[in-house]
Amino acid sequence: MARKPLKFAGWFFLAAILVAYGATALAKPGLAYQAIHYFLGMIEAIAPVLIMIFLLLFLTERLLTPGRTQAWLGRNSGLRGWLTALAAGILSTGPIYAWYALLAKLRSKGMRPALVAVVLYARAIKLPLLPLLSFYFGMAYTVLLSLLIAAFAILNGLAMELIDRTKEG
Amino acid sequence: MTTNPNREALINAWTSLWQMLPILLGMLLLTSLLLAWLPVTKLQALFGQHPLVDVLLGATLGSLAVGHPLVGYLLGGELLANGVSPIAVTALIVSWVTVGLTQMPAEALLLGKSFAVWRNLFCFLSTIAISFLTVTLLGLIA
Repeated sequence: MARKPLKFAGWFFLAAILVAYGATALAKPGLAYQAIHYFLGMIEAIAPVLIMIFLLLFLTERLLTPGRTQAWLGRNSGLRGWLTALAAGILSTGPIYAWYALLAKLRSKGMRPALVAVVLYARAIKLPLLPLLSFYFGMAYTVLLSLLIAAFAILNGLAMELIDRTKEG
Repeated sequence: MTTNPNREALINAWTSLWQMLPILLGMLLLTSLLLAWLPVTKLQALFGQHPLVDVLLGATLGSLAVGHPLVGYLLGGELLANGVSPIAVTALIVSWVTVGLTQMPAEALLLGKSFAVWRNLFCFLSTIAISFLTVTLLGLIA
């Protein structure tokens, strides 16, 4: 199920947001200024992640043929595919929308939609933030919640697979 | 003429990133605007009703949240310390990192509208299940 090229949809989306900024700047200039301040902070934080994503996109293009993607993350990838997706989700960092392009690319090369859902859900387990979660909620809570999120990542993948098959069938 | 595979991969990678760029910038701008509009400190006053209402409220707020997960954990910790129920706080922090209503336009553009809608719906329902399971199992362990 390959995605159609985006063409100008993304630019229209950006233009709509800029219009919202314009309206905010007219109505509440201070608020628009504060929003831009947040934006610049986020750009600074996201820059290293973008570089990493560019490198991953390059490696995906260079090394992952549709055949390989099908074997590792396709319909017949089996348990290895589910575990790979789970691990990829847990290890990925940065904002979720930065990863959409890579996942869309992998999907166009044959990645199973269910495994895309697993990657996106498993991102909820934030390894670097687990000590903080444990500080606030305790170790037992942190371990239990992480295990439940991992289990529900698989369940969400299975649910998406069901939807995908229903649409195909 | 033979094509250089590295050059080809580099061009394709750049094209993918370029396609994502307006969506990414749009999302960052939208997130920043929402953060400026909605001060999180006033959220606490909304809780303290029926447990189920609190769970739905926590899950809804987390679904709309756009900040770093760290903010979700800090806010959840503060809410818990101020008497908000653990189930509601769990719903808030889980939906914060799994459901992305604000990011859905970007997800729909890149991964498909149907995929984005169904995935976020399942994530929302999972949040409620995880919240109840976490607190119930924790009670049993304790």
